[in-house]
Amino acid sequence: MPTDVPTHAAGVLRLADSTWTDASIKLGNSLGAIAGFLGVLLVVFFAAGRAKGRLTRPLAVAVLLGPAALLLAVGLVVPLVRTVFLSFHGDDSTRFVGGRNYGWAFTTPGIHDVLLTTLLWLVVAPLAATGLGLVLALLVDRMRGQAVYKSLIFMPMAVSLVGASIIWKFVYEARDPSQPQIGLLSQLAVSLGWEHPPNWILEQPLNNFLLMAVMVWVQTGFAMVVLSAAIKAIPDEITEAARLDGATGFQLFRSVTVPMIRTTLVVVLTTVMITTLKAFDIVRTMTGGNFGTQVLANEMYSQSFVQFDVGRGSALAVILFLAVTPLVAYNIVQLRKERSVR
Amino acid sequence: MSSAPSPVRRAFSSPLASILVIAVTVLWTIPTLGLLVTSLRPKQDVATSGWWEAFVHPDLGLANYHTVLFEDGFGTSGGLMPYLVNSLAISVPATLFPLVLAAMAAYALAWVRFRGADTVFFVIFALQIVPLQMALIPVLRLFSGGAHLGPVTLVPAVDLRGTYAPVWLAHTMFALPLAIFLLHNFIAQLPRDLMEAAIVDGASHFKIFRSIVLPLCTPALASFAIFQFLWVWNDLLVALTFSGGTSDVAPMTVRLAQLSGSFGGRWELLTAGAFLSLIVPLAVFFALQRYFVRGLLAGSVKG
Repeated sequence: MPTDVPTHAAGVLRLADSTWTDASIKLGNSLGAIAGFLGVLLVVFFAAGRAKGRLTRPLAVAVLLGPAALLLAVGLVVPLVRTVFLSFHGDDSTRFVGGRNYGWAFTTPGIHDVLLTTLLWLVVAPLAATGLGLVLALLVDRMRGQAVYKSLIFMPMAVSLVGASIIWKFVYEARDPSQPQIGLLSQLAVSLGWEHPPNWILEQPLNNFLLMAVMVWVQTGFAMVVLSAAIKAIPDEITEAARLDGATGFQLFRSVTVPMIRTTLVVVLTTVMITTLKAFDIVRTMTGGNFGTQVLANEMYSQSFVQFDVGRGSALAVILFLAVTPLVAYNIVQLRKERSVR
Repeated sequence: MSSAPSPVRRAFSSPLASILVIAVTVLWTIPTLGLLVTSLRPKQDVATSGWWEAFVHPDLGLANYHTVLFEDGFGTSGGLMPYLVNSLAISVPATLFPLVLAAMAAYALAWVRFRGADTVFFVIFALQIVPLQMALIPVLRLFSGGAHLGPVTLVPAVDLRGTYAPVWLAHTMFALPLAIFLLHNFIAQLPRDLMEAAIVDGASHFKIFRSIVLPLCTPALASFAIFQFLWVWNDLLVALTFSGGTSDVAPMTVRLAQLSGSFGGRWELLTAGAFLSLIVPLAVFFALQRYFVRGLLAGSVKG
């Protein structure tokens, strides 16, 4: 019917209008919050700056450190205590159940698999990303146009893990062999003569490694850039001296380069490990934790926010916390050592 | 920055090494290229042939982007535009708030002498251990139920649902340990003479902070700002927990994670949506990558 056309067009226009109005209101709110925040700070600074005498220093500490300290206490310290407390309580967080949630976590076969998969992630992804990053850091420096290679390899760092997951899901997309493939990996397999390539994402345990590949894709650039900076910082005299002693090529690498950048290697490995342990975006976006790919971070989220069992969710969070603690403790020890040298 | 090649580097440089680097670079770039090409192809082409075919029969256009951004067809009334706006409205304040608060705290810890400053600094550094997952439930409860000590209400419940405030607050809280650590390293290295001269002149700490410290640490502030912006823009966990997933507040990442499950077959739309979410961080990355790298190195390479 001809009358439908203008109505439809008007509807689209109205929608577009409301979209723009909505956008300007939202961005306005956001800028308003910034203006309010800075305004309050200016007023407080002006008022506190006029204080004289013995009050000056305590007031400066309170005003400058106070907001951050308060937010940290509310946002991290109290939650830390509270999560530990909740992990010893039942699903409605009123009944004390002792270590039952932890018993559940370590004895339920389903959760067992989750813990094992998480452990696999923790070993494979960081080692692969750091190892590959180290090799690239050694190789790329001598090449013409190294900035281009570095930028392109580093680029996935800017991509969200959700975006990265969609990118790779498309690479892994598999069709029935009778149809043309649209996923690059499937097409590659077919071109190489594999008549019935598997549906990659469903194939256990292969799918776990394919998901890890996404993490390696994201993190390798980071490892490369940081390690490359550390390698450049090695004094030339040291390598020269080693060379005069007769060290060559791989020997130099093993006995000079690696020891000299050991601290940085550990920091990179730790950083990637922590990211890996806490990241759940990849699993969530690509498989939703199905087909044997569930990891601790995603299971914890499911227990708390899908099953609404806060006790179990909290116990998993504490396990996550305990898994990271030694890594960060080691880094703090290193940091203290370096500070005392300074 | 070409220096004489060190023996180690020389040992690793050969045609084989160059081929390996080029191979990795190509391998690292192709998936994103495939996403971009797919997002520009018509629906029919995407469904029936691989994206590499587009180089043989190019038929590219921005139609998918229009659909994804503005039309109802992508599983959302009004398309992704509201979510894109949300991402922006979340990221800018959630970058600025922790930046300013962390700079203030870092200055206090470095230059306002008071007992226990070192201890506070190490406690803040150690707080980086706390996984976000641990803090989510308590912080969420605080927002929805307030804080009570027995019968005494310490903080009243504020209904912040449907606003950005919980997301901003959560991002600010979680960013502070790293931000204070990085900025402290920089601010503590400012010349002592300069600070003492300002105090002798009678300047208050607030004046010193505003007119000396902030301008001098602009590079550090800039690099952390980029880092934090990318992190907030790309975040899924905090947004998923604190925004409720509606077009009122939720950012692109939340919506895309949902759609990648339910719209798995509509690759022309999904790839366009994903590429939209990449444009801003990629632009920020390529424009400012020098500073971004410097910000990364501030935390990772010491000495």
